[in-house]
Amino acid sequence: MELVTPSIGLVFWTTVSFLILIFVLGKFAWKPIMKALDDRERSIEDALSAAEKAKEELTRLNNESEQLLKEARAERDKILKDAKDIKDATIADAKNLAKVEGEKMITKAKEEINNQKMAALAEVKNQVAGLSLEIAEKVLKHQLEDKSKQESLVNDLLKDVKLN
Amino acid sequence: MTGSIAAIGAGLAAIGAGIGIGRIGGSAMEGMARQPEAASKIQAAMIIAAAFVEAVSLFAVVVALLGN
Amino acid sequence: MRNNRFFVVNRHAFVLIFALFSFVSINAFANTENVHSDSTQAQVNHTDSAAHGNAHAAGHGEEEKFNPSELILEHIADSYDWHLWGHTSIHLPVILYTDKGLEVFSSGKFNHGHDVYAGKNNYKIEHNHIVIVDAAGNVDEAASKKVLDFSITKNVASLLLSVTLLIIIFLSVASAYRKTEGKAPKGFQSMIEPVIIFVRDEVAKPNLGYKYGKFMPFLLTIFFFIWMNNMLGLVPFFPGGANVSGNIAFTMVLAVITFIVINLNGSKAYWGHIFKPHVPLWMYPLMIPVEIVGIFTKPIALMIRLFANITAGHILILSLISLIFIFKSALVATVAVPFAVFISVIELLVAFLQAFIFTMLAALFIGMAIEEPHADH
Repeated sequence: MELVTPSIGLVFWTTVSFLILIFVLGKFAWKPIMKALDDRERSIEDALSAAEKAKEELTRLNNESEQLLKEARAERDKILKDAKDIKDATIADAKNLAKVEGEKMITKAKEEINNQKMAALAEVKNQVAGLSLEIAEKVLKHQLEDKSKQESLVNDLLKDVKLN
Repeated sequence: MTGSIAAIGAGLAAIGAGIGIGRIGGSAMEGMARQPEAASKIQAAMIIAAAFVEAVSLFAVVVALLGN
Repeated sequence: MRNNRFFVVNRHAFVLIFALFSFVSINAFANTENVHSDSTQAQVNHTDSAAHGNAHAAGHGEEEKFNPSELILEHIADSYDWHLWGHTSIHLPVILYTDKGLEVFSSGKFNHGHDVYAGKNNYKIEHNHIVIVDAAGNVDEAASKKVLDFSITKNVASLLLSVTLLIIIFLSVASAYRKTEGKAPKGFQSMIEPVIIFVRDEVAKPNLGYKYGKFMPFLLTIFFFIWMNNMLGLVPFFPGGANVSGNIAFTMVLAVITFIVINLNGSKAYWGHIFKPHVPLWMYPLMIPVEIVGIFTKPIALMIRLFANITAGHILILSLISLIFIFKSALVATVAVPFAVFISVIELLVAFLQAFIFTMLAALFIGMAIEEPHADH
């Protein structure tokens, strides 16, 4: 019975202690502690979400740089291709030009050669004609040295000529 | 004499509480074995249930002390 | 699972605890029975003990028959002086409020209950209570009943010590939070923080929902108050050793405060559930009294649970130690002492567990009271 009879003294002191405790701790301990805990949790949460965001940003940037790299690569390829094309075109042009020029020169040369040949031929013809005349003069001189021969020839010629 | 009778009654209450807590513990373990992922929830519920049952036996302690 | 480290670590221990709860209870019964059978003898002893110093029965074990139940009851009961060792004890102040006014004097004046102190009345300690005696030494029952005893007894001193400790600890922790604002906790702060978070996340939030913030100071205070007193009670020597949380007055005050908190915050649904239960009208005369009784049984159960658990723990440890003196053999000590140590370790867990259960149930009851009405039922 003694054990389960609350004594007024302890009831009083417990009440006083508890009220003091809840007042003092509530005001000076629990409030700042809970606030600090909440703040810290929030800051951790914030930091985590910020990190997440940074990560996303990083991935985005990575993607972007990848994209840029890809574009740059494409650009480079394009430039290279263009350069190659230009080079090829230039070479082709040069080739064509050379060919045309060469052909032109060849034609010119051929013409020249022809002209020269013609000139040479004309020369040769002239010389041959001269020589032939000389030869014919000499042969005729030689043939028609005596009179008989001249007469026979004239006779022959006259024989051939029939008056028609 | 009254004290002894109160003690016998309290002992009977303790038997009841023992069976009760035993069943709670047993079922909780079964539940935990079946669903280990819910172990912490089962444990909390088990402690509360056991506390309720235990309170009955503790009432009996008080009765025994009152019978003094 | 996150904040459940207490449970995770002690998962095996819980099994032991539940085994022990019943065991503790049985032991308590056994002891009370002892008390009953010996009570008459104790009374006799007590009357002639005035000249003999029965308060030190253990110390005088050679001269008297060792009486374990008396020793145990003396240890778990309150006293006016705080026994340190041997014949040394601290005489605590006695504060009495009588119809002749306030009286404050040292309990040393009683000389361990042997002497009569003559103040405004003649006071004497009888059965561990201060009574008024007349000149002839007879107890004046009528006058004694009017004495209001606000003495700083052993329990009150221990209580004040725990309050001081709690205030020092938590003010320093709070200042540590101010110092390490936004940073990781340090030192003692990091020891306390998981417990606070445990109370918040495992006790308050699941039971109280989003309104938990309002009740956190109450729950934290009640939790640490009980825990600190439980722990101090387990210390076997001077600054501890008082059975504060195993005293019905202490648990009663906590239960009454919890009762007030529950009912002051009762929602419309809570009171509606009590006075307008969802049952047929003819059952009202039956249900309403049951519900009203239910309001009171909840805190009473809280009160009894804490009181009986802690007292039973003290009784158990003391009875194990008493075995040595009952058998008057050091050989028994080889069994009794390790077992007492084992029980003490279990009691450390019980100290936490009971604080947790008290807080948990208080939160549960508050949660039931503040609950908003919902569609079902």
